[in-house]
Amino acid sequence: MSELTLTLIKLGFLAVLWIFVLSAVSVIRTDIFGTKAPETPEARVAPRTARPTPKPKAAKTRRPQRGKASLLYVVDGPNAGQSVPLGDQPILLGRGTDAAIRLDDDYVSTRHARFATNGAEWFVEDVGSTNGTFIGSQRVTSPVAITLGVQVRMGKTIVELRK
Amino acid sequence: MSSSVSSEATWVPRKRRGAELVLTVMAVGLAIFAYCAVGLGAEGRVPAGVVGLSVTLIAVAVAANLLIRRFAPYADPVLLPLVLCLNGLGLAMIYRIDLGYEERRDSWASLAPNQLMWTALGLVAFAIVLLVIRDHRRLQTLTYSFGLAAVVLLILPLVPGIGENIRGARIWISLGPFSFQPGEAAKICLAIFFAGYLAEKREALALAGRRVIGIDLPRGRDLGPIIAAWLVSIGVLVLQRDLGSSLLFFGLFVVLLFIATERPGWIFVGGLLFVLGAWFGYLQFGHVRARFDVWLHPFDNPDQNFQVISALYGLAHGGLLGRGWGQGSPEITPFGYSDFIAASMGEELGLTGLMAILLIYGLIVERGLRISLTCRDAFGKLLAAGLAISLALQVFVVIGGVTRLIPLTGLTTPFLSQGGSSIVMNWAIIAILLRISDQTRRPAPAVQTVGEDEATQVVKL
Repeated sequence: MSELTLTLIKLGFLAVLWIFVLSAVSVIRTDIFGTKAPETPEARVAPRTARPTPKPKAAKTRRPQRGKASLLYVVDGPNAGQSVPLGDQPILLGRGTDAAIRLDDDYVSTRHARFATNGAEWFVEDVGSTNGTFIGSQRVTSPVAITLGVQVRMGKTIVELRK
Repeated sequence: MSSSVSSEATWVPRKRRGAELVLTVMAVGLAIFAYCAVGLGAEGRVPAGVVGLSVTLIAVAVAANLLIRRFAPYADPVLLPLVLCLNGLGLAMIYRIDLGYEERRDSWASLAPNQLMWTALGLVAFAIVLLVIRDHRRLQTLTYSFGLAAVVLLILPLVPGIGENIRGARIWISLGPFSFQPGEAAKICLAIFFAGYLAEKREALALAGRRVIGIDLPRGRDLGPIIAAWLVSIGVLVLQRDLGSSLLFFGLFVVLLFIATERPGWIFVGGLLFVLGAWFGYLQFGHVRARFDVWLHPFDNPDQNFQVISALYGLAHGGLLGRGWGQGSPEITPFGYSDFIAASMGEELGLTGLMAILLIYGLIVERGLRISLTCRDAFGKLLAAGLAISLALQVFVVIGGVTRLIPLTGLTTPFLSQGGSSIVMNWAIIAILLRISDQTRRPAPAVQTVGEDEATQVVKL
């Protein structure tokens, strides 16, 4: 191996190493400055890091069932017919002793789902259940706003908000 | 949905798996290039093992890529290539030191094939974590189990029979032919435990107490946890004589406490406790005092401080551009393939190469903190931040020690150093980070199409 070849290999390697680092930086760059949202409907679904805009207002005026929810009612399942009055405090459902309604359902976790309000709307959030919380066929993975009459299913139990 | 959102430049979830593939190809190419360059520089020919190395590395890269595509499609695109690059550079350097030793000694068991095997096992750990943990929030329910596991792992090396005392530190366990450093696994368990614990208790710990020179100090009665963490760290220092891990665990807890509560007062209290612990260690233990002496006056006792002096000469020998792969003599420094691999890199790649390596570490940590920022649940935030901080602290402590910025402590350089436990556990850390990142970058499911079409919508909390 001649001295020249070895020097070229040495410098070449350093150059490639830095090109790699800089390419990684350029990939990261798009993450920092963001990309313009495409105008396709599904791309507009969830712009995540955007500040929460006051969306609920617009939605509220179009709500089919008006009025304030005052009751969380168990529609179906072993505890059908039971209910909890809604206040400002979050409500936990599950099989555990700290749940607002102790669901006697084998498919429900000890701490299953939480219902919380921001004053205007109620949200349901799965708190790490084994079998999941569903609205229709969709599994709840992040807090989802629910309105009167939307059926939330966990295990064999179905609950909904009532007036 | 609202039209006001789409007019702003917002961050749109993109998979970017193509970009990841390009970077991965570059990383693997770099590793093979380095390996060949070592052979050319040291022996004047392309090494025979290059086919085996290339096949294994490419298999690891392809498998990792496919796993991510299949099981974490929205995960961060740069973490995997960065890690592969470091791992490949480490392999090349270990091979280079193997060659150096073979020249000098008659019998030397090559370390590079072993390291290659551990890399493959690291991928297995990566796959298992990615497959088993489908939702990082599940880990939160096991907070205290992980805390217990961490304590058990820390105590294991002290158990007579399986604990081994290697080179003054009691941090190894040996089971039959295998030896393992449980501290590496304890690091992950502790990160999970701290994140789960602080996510739950942070409100109580954020209460302000007395205000001193513009900093809100925490209340006296909230000092319990930090003092417990401090005592455990001191315990590790006293019983296992492991300065590095002790520093890492305490530093991790203090930084996470600061992140969870947003109170600089905790850093203040932690710093105070750290100084106290360091002072106590300096007065009580010969090995801590020896480390301070090596740091401040390495040339006073050249025979005893040979390792540090040799590393410094190696770095100086490397200069700006380095000697080139296979052209320096990093094998002179004892443990130039593990604790002192940074010095070996500095000698052969120079300041230019060492800076690139530090920058790669910086980018890995940046990605971790970025994942922490975008994550929406407190536990995930703290876990991602904790894992990133633990890597950052480890790199700082090791490379700072090797370059004599701070007293030398024995820790592995993540992904570069020779050592099975370290490689496997660090791959597992990357898998957890990718899992959290997949969760946070994934677009929220379009639930507004079911049930109450207009009224039900996805919200961010």
